[in-house]
Parts: sequence; C-alpha cells; structure tokens
Amino acid sequence: MPSAKPSARPSVMRPVRDIAIVAFGQTDHLRSTDELSEVEMLMPVLHQVLAATGLKTSDIGFTCSGSSDYLAGRAFSFTMALDGVGAWPPISESHVEMDGAWALYEAWTKLLTGEADTALVYSYGKSSPGSVRDVLTRQLDPYYVAPLWPDSVALAALQAQALIDAGDADEPALAGVAARSRQDASANSHAQLRGSVAQGDYVVRPLRTGDCPPIGDGAAAVILAAGERARDLCERPAWIRGIDHRVEAHSLGVRDLTDSPSSRLAAERAGAFERPVDTAELHAPFTSQEVVLRKALKLGADVAVNPSGGALAANPVMAAGLIRLGEAAARIHRGESDRALAHATSGPCLQQNLVAVLEGDS
Amino acid sequence: MGKEPVAVVGIGQTKHVAARRDVSIAGLVREAAQAALADAELTWADIDAVVIGKAPDFFEGVMMPELYLADALGAVGKPMLRVHTAGSVGGSTALVASNLVAGRVHGTVLTLAFEKQSESNAMWGLSLPVPFQQPLLAGAGGFFAPHVRAYMRRTGAPDTVGSLVAYKDRRNALKNPYAHLHEQDITLEKVQASPMLWDPIRYSETCPSSDGACAMILTDRAGAARSPRPPAWMHGGAMRSEPTLFAGKDFVSPQAGKDCAADVYRQAGVTDPRRDIDAVEMYVPFSWYEPMWLENLGFAAEGEGWKLTESGVTELDGDLPVNMSGGVLSTNPIGASGMIRFAEAALQVRGQAGEHQIDGARRALGHAYGGGSQFFSMWLVGAEPPTT
Repeated sequence: MPSAKPSARPSVMRPVRDIAIVAFGQTDHLRSTDELSEVEMLMPVLHQVLAATGLKTSDIGFTCSGSSDYLAGRAFSFTMALDGVGAWPPISESHVEMDGAWALYEAWTKLLTGEADTALVYSYGKSSPGSVRDVLTRQLDPYYVAPLWPDSVALAALQAQALIDAGDADEPALAGVAARSRQDASANSHAQLRGSVAQGDYVVRPLRTGDCPPIGDGAAAVILAAGERARDLCERPAWIRGIDHRVEAHSLGVRDLTDSPSSRLAAERAGAFERPVDTAELHAPFTSQEVVLRKALKLGADVAVNPSGGALAANPVMAAGLIRLGEAAARIHRGESDRALAHATSGPCLQQNLVAVLEGDS
Repeated sequence: MGKEPVAVVGIGQTKHVAARRDVSIAGLVREAAQAALADAELTWADIDAVVIGKAPDFFEGVMMPELYLADALGAVGKPMLRVHTAGSVGGSTALVASNLVAGRVHGTVLTLAFEKQSESNAMWGLSLPVPFQQPLLAGAGGFFAPHVRAYMRRTGAPDTVGSLVAYKDRRNALKNPYAHLHEQDITLEKVQASPMLWDPIRYSETCPSSDGACAMILTDRAGAARSPRPPAWMHGGAMRSEPTLFAGKDFVSPQAGKDCAADVYRQAGVTDPRRDIDAVEMYVPFSWYEPMWLENLGFAAEGEGWKLTESGVTELDGDLPVNMSGGVLSTNPIGASGMIRFAEAALQVRGQAGEHQIDGARRALGHAYGGGSQFFSMWLVGAEPPTT
C-alpha cells in the first residue's frame, strides 16, 4: 500500500487515559424484523447496557452512534433513534455514517480529551427491507463503477479467487472456516445462523452460500468509561490499550486483495503485536476474508478466532463491527480472555479496517 | 493532564456555485483540501488523519462516499472518519477532528466538509416518505416557516426584519470571492418584492443550493509554532442534541442551542458574549434565523434579537457583525455550510478574511445547527492561544 510517509514506521500510540468497555448488549439477529422499526429494535439494547451499569441517559457524558441512511431508505434516519435515546435535557452527541465501531472510536477520542468520563455508543441496521447486495453497490465510485452495479458478493468473490490463485486457500479450507464459525455460534443465542449449516451452492464462484454472511437485522450498544469510573461500573473492565483504523485505496485494481495492509498498520499502531492475544474477533463477512485477516494480523493457530461465530453467524450491517468489539470485551468481562484483538471493516473487500486491543486486569 | 491546544493553520474553500460541472465529487473536495494545505504550507505527507463530513448521502446518491474519496483526499494508509449530524455536520466534523488533536491521538489533521448538490435534488432528498412519521414534503423551508411565524408572534417583531438580514448578507457576500450569490444590483426593495415561498419566508430570504467544499488543517502546539501565517486558536467547542419532536420542545429557541453556547462560553471564559465576542458566523439558512439565534446564543435578551438586527448592530460596520462572509443565505453547500461558518470565524481572528475582514477581530464564534433545530455545534476561536 502506498504510504504517505514511507520512511516512518507507525509507532504504537499510547492513549493519555485508561478507557474501558464496561458493558455490551446486542439484539437477537434475525433475517427480518418487519414488525419493528429501527428505534424499536434498538431500545431494548440501550436499556440493557444502561441497566448493566446502573447509569441513566442523563449520567452519560457523550453519546455517539453509527448507522446508514441508505439502509433506512431515507435521509437523517438517525434522528429518530436519538428520540428513542431520550435526549432530554439535551445531550452531548454525535453520529458517524459508518459502522458503530467507528462511533466507538469517536467516543474514545472524546474521552481522551477529558471532556467526558462515560460514553454510550450504539449502532443498528436493517437489511431486510431491501436488497443489501444492491444497496452496497452505491458505495462504489459513482461515475465509473457504481453504474455497473457490481454487488458485494461478486466483489468478495474476486477477492476469494485471488486468494485461491495465490495458494493461500482453497475451497475446502474456506468451507472449514464456515463450519467452524457456525459451530462456535451454537453457544451464541444472538446468532442468526448456528450449528451445522450446509455449505450450499455457488452464489458467485468460488463463494458458496456457506462462505457468505447471513442477511439480517440487528443492533448493538456499548458503554465506555475512563479510569476509576470504569472500575466502579464493571467488575472486570475491558481496557482499550490501543485502537486505530486505516483506509486503503478504493479501486480494487490498485490493491493486493490477498493482503490487508491497513489492518496490519492499524494493529501495529494499536500495539497488537507487542504481546500475543488469546482471542480475536474479526469482522470477516466472507470466509475468504478471515484467511486474509489472519495472515495480516499474524494470528496463530492458538488464538481463538471468532468464538462468537463472527459475521458468518450474524452480520447486521453497520452493527457487526461494533459487535466484534463488544464480543471481545464480554469475554474479558467474563474472565475468558486476558488480551483480545477486535477488528471491524468497512467498504468493498476490506477497504477500511479498525483494530483494537482489549485487556483485563490480571 | 490537560488537553492539547488546537490551532487552525490552514483554510481552503472552493468558489461556491450552483453547479460545478467541471469537476467530480472527488475533484471538488481535493480542490478545497489543496487550498488548505497551500495556506498552511504543508503537503499531504504532513497529514496524520482525515475527518470528513457531509449531510445525507441521498444528496449525491453515494452511500458512504468517504470510501470512494479516500484516494482524492490523500487518506490512503491513514485513518479516515466520516461524520454525519444533519445540517450541523460541518461544525461537528471540525470538532471531531479537533478531538483527535486535543486528545493527543494525532498531531495534524485534515478536516473537510462538502456538498455537491447539483448531482441530485436536495429538496426531494429530504422529502422521502417515511411510514408513521410526519411528512416533510416541502424540503426544509416548509418545516421552518411555522417556527419563524411563532417567533414573530412571540416577540412582536415587524415583518421587515427578515428582509434586512437578507439584504445585509447578500451585500456582505459581494465582498467574499468564494460566495455563491453575487447579486451586484441587490436592493432592499428587491428582497421585499421577491415571491413568498413559505409564508413568511420570501424567495430572497432563502439560502441557495450550492456545490462546494471547505477544508481546514488543525494542529497541535508544535504544529502551530511552524505555521507560516497566524493560527486561529480554539478556545471552546461543543455539540448538543435534543429530540426532534416532543411536547416540551421550543422550536423558536431550542434548549440544546442555549446549552451548547453556554458550554462553549464556559470553556472560553466568555461571560458577556455581546462584549467578549467580536464577530459571529451564524447558521442562517432563512433570514429570520439571525434574530432568533441572537437570542438563543445569548447576544440579546429573549424577544430582543430583532432589535439588534433592525438597529444595524449585525452589519459589517456594526458592533456585533454577523455573517461577514455573506453566510448560508449566500452560500449553501449543505454539508459544508457549518464548516464554512467555523472556517470564516477562524479567518477573522487570523486577519485573513480579505474584504470582509473585521478590523481587530480577536475572538469569533462559528455556529451550526441541523435536523429539526435539534443538533448544534459551535466553536469559539481566538487570535491568542488559550490560557487554560
């Protein structure tokens, strides 16, 4: 990947404050939720994280959300969710038109300034009202690519084929990723696809149904807290030791689709390579993308990858990345992990990637 | 440990026009970014991160356009955040970028906001029918007109105040080479004779639809020390939100706006905004919002804002100039409009505002709002570094 500063390796960024994920909640992810508005889908999750910490909306220092107008089919779709939050008296609040993982990043920077000690982060997406494969084509270069309507599965298939051509994977290996993910999801009551799921027919060669994420609706929420506040609110906070994100070129033609240099760069700056992690929650909606990310993030066979089942078990667009951060944090809360890596992605073929390193007190 | 001070060392904007048919969206944003880099005498390599904002994606028909714009903004290999907080987004985007510097995550950040409204139709982009919700079938004007009428009833302001604002802002725009509307032959009579669009808002009291982009380079103390031109220092910044619709909402003077201003003033040590602030760039898409926001922002007592406007206080040569650049009434690339307010405030305290410069402006307020008067973002910038 072309770097603006080829000589300077990114140094690990040391946050000026200790900030932790202290609560996480998510919906049951479903193929369709016709009976619920986005706000109705989100509300129980918000109440869940507030109840877990004993905080009220008015106690929260900063609120940030992630969602997409294109999924909702209307402009300013996030305003109704804000009404649901109960922003009265007025709150300090912002929104990113990105996956909720980036809303968490914005909230983390806000807490670093010292202007707030707690933050509520949420995101949601309903893919069921439309065709998400068609909708995502609208992310592409509007003049040269989007008019051709290349859909998200077709683009992922290009990446998968590049991986197979490079000898990094074959179809049985990809099927293995699918089977393992859905097997792991058996223990996740929120997951949409669980247990033994047939690998199915080709959707776009070489990807079969089993290599692709389920299409579904869902929401997630997280509470962040700084320093002693985190210890007050959570028995074993998941400390964010580092978090960083990087974007790559948009055009697939100038990228090596078998690699994810932006993930590696983000991980390096987040301090992921300083010590091994025991868990990794990767936002890899396609089996082939897990292969790419494992290599870029130098994850060995001893790391528990996507014990939740990952995005192959539930992929509510705009929330799936935040869920990776939440799942990693929840394992730390439960004492099942001491040092976890969480990853989120955005854009076609892993264009943009975020990596966080979470740790529990030893 | 306190926050890192934040300085504005580069500002760039495009010439705003109804339709930039000569450039793509990428070309438009790159033009503003390069102008900001040139102003700061920096290169793409000096930028650590990019924070980009715009109003709804439906306005251009591109979902999450930051992905496609990564190359044009030199963001490849860097962090890129995309902010969307409705009409206040330009201001919010700058504030998110400022947090990256203030929280010591990055040293130098490019922040940019844009709208290329000619690619689509903003009025209808705002008017998609939503089940079980109040329809907004006449764009923003239809939503705001009743609140303007409520202000007039509440304060007893004469019908003529709105036209004074429009006449002032359009004359100010003549001094700003980047402004969209340059109505050389503007007169007060012409404003007052323009057609009524959404009673009581006339055609000439309404913002245009513009293509345009605005960019700023924000940096830390070390970066400011290397700045070739005087930096503008951030003394305070805040965002506040409240629900769109609920029984207790005051659409004329929303509580979120009052709270946001109070937070900024507290950070900046401002106790009497009318005395302590030298110039204001205020988000006024419909002329009557000037007197309304004068009250909401604490420059005038409740019911008194229109008197400041009427007496000429907010003119370029008044003692509280408002919208020296011509404001949103003269230039409205929606997603960029808030950042233009922030950038114009910074230009004033840097002494770089050209023909619309207020002599001796030391502290200036940039203000933006959005949604159903529910999202607010503001910053106060000064010629001197903050003392706390």
